[in-house]
Amino acid sequence: MSDSFSIYGEQITSRLLIGSALYPSPAIMAESIIASGAEVVTVSLRRQQSAAAGDDFWQLIKDTGLKILPNTAGCHSVKEAVTLAQMCREVFSTDWIKLELIGDEYNLQPDPFALLEATKILMDDGFKVLPYCTDDLVLCQRLADIGCEVLMPWGAPIGTGKGLLNQYNLKTIRERLPELTLIVDAGLGLPSHACQALELGYDAVLLNSAIAGAGCPVTMSHAFKAAVDAGRFAYKAKAMPEKEVAAPSTPTMGMPFWHQT
Amino acid sequence: MKITINGQPFEAANQATLVIVLEEFAAKEPYAVALNGDFIPRNNCSSTALKEGDSIELLSPIQGG
Repeated sequence: MSDSFSIYGEQITSRLLIGSALYPSPAIMAESIIASGAEVVTVSLRRQQSAAAGDDFWQLIKDTGLKILPNTAGCHSVKEAVTLAQMCREVFSTDWIKLELIGDEYNLQPDPFALLEATKILMDDGFKVLPYCTDDLVLCQRLADIGCEVLMPWGAPIGTGKGLLNQYNLKTIRERLPELTLIVDAGLGLPSHACQALELGYDAVLLNSAIAGAGCPVTMSHAFKAAVDAGRFAYKAKAMPEKEVAAPSTPTMGMPFWHQT
Repeated sequence: MKITINGQPFEAANQATLVIVLEEFAAKEPYAVALNGDFIPRNNCSSTALKEGDSIELLSPIQGG
């Protein structure tokens, strides 16, 4: 694929953004990330342990040379998310932040009200916010109104692998916000889910569990890489109109064994 | 004085600054610090005085989705 999309002015070619968690081993993580062809990898911050457990991980991520997208995963309040974002900016030397603000512990659904408030605070502080949000058109419009150039509505709750639960909502957001970069984040399980997102005109997908939790993560990385390329080609090619009635593809003219009655 | 670092009790000298406590804790790079829920830029750690009961969060890179 030669076309690209923009994350706050930075041109990205790979339409697969990948997470760094849940892999069977650091080596498989690194190999999977490379196999995915991703240019952006997500990371986070947690309390420093006395042992040097995180050293290998961070060195492996740095060795990939990919762009870092830190997240605020696990935050439940505006204050927590803003503070964690500020800490991420210092450690990772980037003003990109994947803003996660959980509103419901059961399905890890983003809190739309707190998300909007935290996004405003961070945008005013110079961050380039990539909000992880629900597939709610009005919420997406409000986030765009305060300056977000990238939105990341969910496909399904994090880690469920259910795919695009509400294609109507996702399609509507795409149609109503044509200028924004839209990335489906979370809930994908199969390469076909990623392909569907790209077919709908989404610019990219962000996923982690679908690859890390596969029987062979490296092979699944290859599959997702092919799927996003297929979906993007399909979107650019423009699909045929869906019909309710069958229409033969083989010409009927000259059909043998036909007799006029 | 008694403070906490990452939720664990820590005994710090009276009048200690944040940078001194981080050295005593043997904080490993890379990291970022918050004090009582507020981000403290690294440049400000040497001028940030601590008091009894302060809560420090010392965070480092980890896997994320």
